Amino acid sequence: MTMEYPETPIGQFEAPPRSFEDGAGRTVRLERFRAADVDSEDVAEMYDEFDPADRAQGIPPTRPADVREWLDSVLAEDCVNVLAVADERVVGHATLVPDNDAYELAIFVLDEYQNAGIGTELLTALLGAGQSEGLERVWLTVERWNAAARALYQKVGFETFGSESFELKMSALLTAAD
Amino acid sequence: MRLLLGIGGNEDGFDALAATIDRVRVTGDELTVAVLDHPEVDTPTDEVEAAVRDRLANAAVTADVLALSGDPGPALVELAESEGYDRIVLGGGQRSPMGKLSVGPVGEFVVLNSTVSVTLIR
Repeated sequence: MTMEYPETPIGQFEAPPRSFEDGAGRTVRLERFRAADVDSEDVAEMYDEFDPADRAQGIPPTRPADVREWLDSVLAEDCVNVLAVADERVVGHATLVPDNDAYELAIFVLDEYQNAGIGTELLTALLGAGQSEGLERVWLTVERWNAAARALYQKVGFETFGSESFELKMSALLTAAD
Repeated sequence: MRLLLGIGGNEDGFDALAATIDRVRVTGDELTVAVLDHPEVDTPTDEVEAAVRDRLANAAVTADVLALSGDPGPALVELAESEGYDRIVLGGGQRSPMGKLSVGPVGEFVVLNSTVSVTLIR
């Protein structure tokens, strides 16, 4: 996908691991997903409970087998993944998937953990993880009607490029491009 | 039923052609394939048209194949409406590296403007 990027990088964000108390008083831990340390089935179980209304452009898939096949691709070594863990289970997942010289970003928070500030913390932790890996260009698409998500991306420094389609394209520079 | 399949040369368009060929062989529907002058596809339209004819011949399905010039979305809708087709068939869109589906500009125009029913093949 052809994509434009802002000229200046976004601010520096702290890489995980870290913990915080969410808006509902729950302790949430943010951590990198590493296949050696975390069972991908723990992530799959979050998506088994995912509200279909929170799906975006066909992901996550709905059928359990399709969820696991999809996770195999986004949890691969060459991707950057951050999990939000609360009440001893995965409640949020954010990912950066390679796309030529850039990365495509997506973030998911379980319905009952939304509107508590977890999305913002998870997103900034993912961007911090990406910065620590030296990633430069990040892009995403967001459905036009999803004002909450658009506001969140804008708040952390994403800019909108391309609004001629059903979904908006937004992008950011994590570090100064070469 | 008279089907009008629009194909620009993207992979999802050829998937739609394959699914439509399978369907037509069962139903005997009358099929017209319109090769679109797609702005985002580099393959020349005559190569796309040749590939379409190959696939139809291999499946032993008879269909009219025509090259549709001009802005593909509006041209396809105009053809479908003026010639009284029952259904427009299109590819279901591209997937991003993440796996997100996106409907391209042709699909978006057709879905929003056509008075003829539209099927996006997934």
